[in-house]
Amino acid sequence: MLATAIIVFREVLEMAVVAGVVLAAAEGAPGRNRWVAFGMLVGLAGAGLVALFAGSISDAAEGMGQEYFNTAILAFAAGLIGWTVIWMRQHGREMAAKLKETGKSVVAGESPMYMLAVVVGLAVLREGSEAVLFVYGIALSQPESVLDITAGVLIGLAGGVMVGALLYLGLLKISTRHLFGVTSLLLALLAAGMAAQAAGYLVAAGALPALVDPLWDSSWLMSQEGLAGRVLSVLIGYQERPSAMQALFYAGTLGVILLASRKAKTKSFRPA
Amino acid sequence: MSLSPTASALMAVVALLAVPSASAWAEDVAVYRISIKDHHFVPETVTIPANAKVTLIVSNEDATPEEFDSIPLRREKVVPAGKEVTILLGPLKPGSYAFTGEYHEDTAKGTVLVKE
Repeated sequence: MLATAIIVFREVLEMAVVAGVVLAAAEGAPGRNRWVAFGMLVGLAGAGLVALFAGSISDAAEGMGQEYFNTAILAFAAGLIGWTVIWMRQHGREMAAKLKETGKSVVAGESPMYMLAVVVGLAVLREGSEAVLFVYGIALSQPESVLDITAGVLIGLAGGVMVGALLYLGLLKISTRHLFGVTSLLLALLAAGMAAQAAGYLVAAGALPALVDPLWDSSWLMSQEGLAGRVLSVLIGYQERPSAMQALFYAGTLGVILLASRKAKTKSFRPA
Repeated sequence: MSLSPTASALMAVVALLAVPSASAWAEDVAVYRISIKDHHFVPETVTIPANAKVTLIVSNEDATPEEFDSIPLRREKVVPAGKEVTILLGPLKPGSYAFTGEYHEDTAKGTVLVKE
């Protein structure tokens, strides 16, 4: 039961951190909960399919199918997040006006909601498929009873959701004036981390050189195995031993998003 | 606004260009094999040369899926039941790199030993 709870917790943790940031970024947006819930459900169905076809995905692309599959999902999610952050920045003035008017933040209109719902769905798809495979395996082989497995899954799920909820509630403690700035920076870091992870998969597939490997080793300072290391690895893309290629993707993604949103911001303040 | 299509397109191009070069790996690269039996790696230690690319083939002889997982090696790969997967490693510096079968961490433990 404990082993099940731990594995499920780890996989759910990654989705919950993404969901926590996305929910905070979209605080006050109409239809937010419905969209995110819809994204999660579609992601869950997708996770089942991915788990079902794990063998075929694995055999694809000369045995590097998993790496390319993960790269595609991560790159797609990072692109969507980047687009959303820039969109939010461009519409910053409208949002500020709306905030004054209604006392509510943050996203005006539903447009970026679809994007963020897809981002949450993709996180559920990627991590969920691993959880599904694990639970399937344990149900198939272990002498554990159905009750034990169910209890393990529920405990792991509750633990992961709790971390995501704490993150979300913690972010909401930030004054509405700063929430927008903080959540867009967090989204940019989330996207940069995903881009770096995608680069890691391309290196693993032999498609990109690692350049310098590892660029540093900070496992003595913070291990990626621990809870803090795991949360930070999703939240800001922390890696204890990144390759230089991953660092390049990280810096590049972060730089492009921040520069583009700064440009967008200046543009929106120009007199019409 | 136009960033994300551009960025995603760029990444897609990178990924596409990359596919053929992956096969270049297969030439002159030493192959090492390990199996997963009863949720244990057999053998548990793989010794490989430093500063060289190698291919590690992991075959899962169990009836349940496993996930080869190593933070030090930066590799994470599902090994479906009854299947084998190819993991590209290196060039690595000398040292000891631990890996686990994430789905059965208590028993599935192994080490890649990198020696000069």
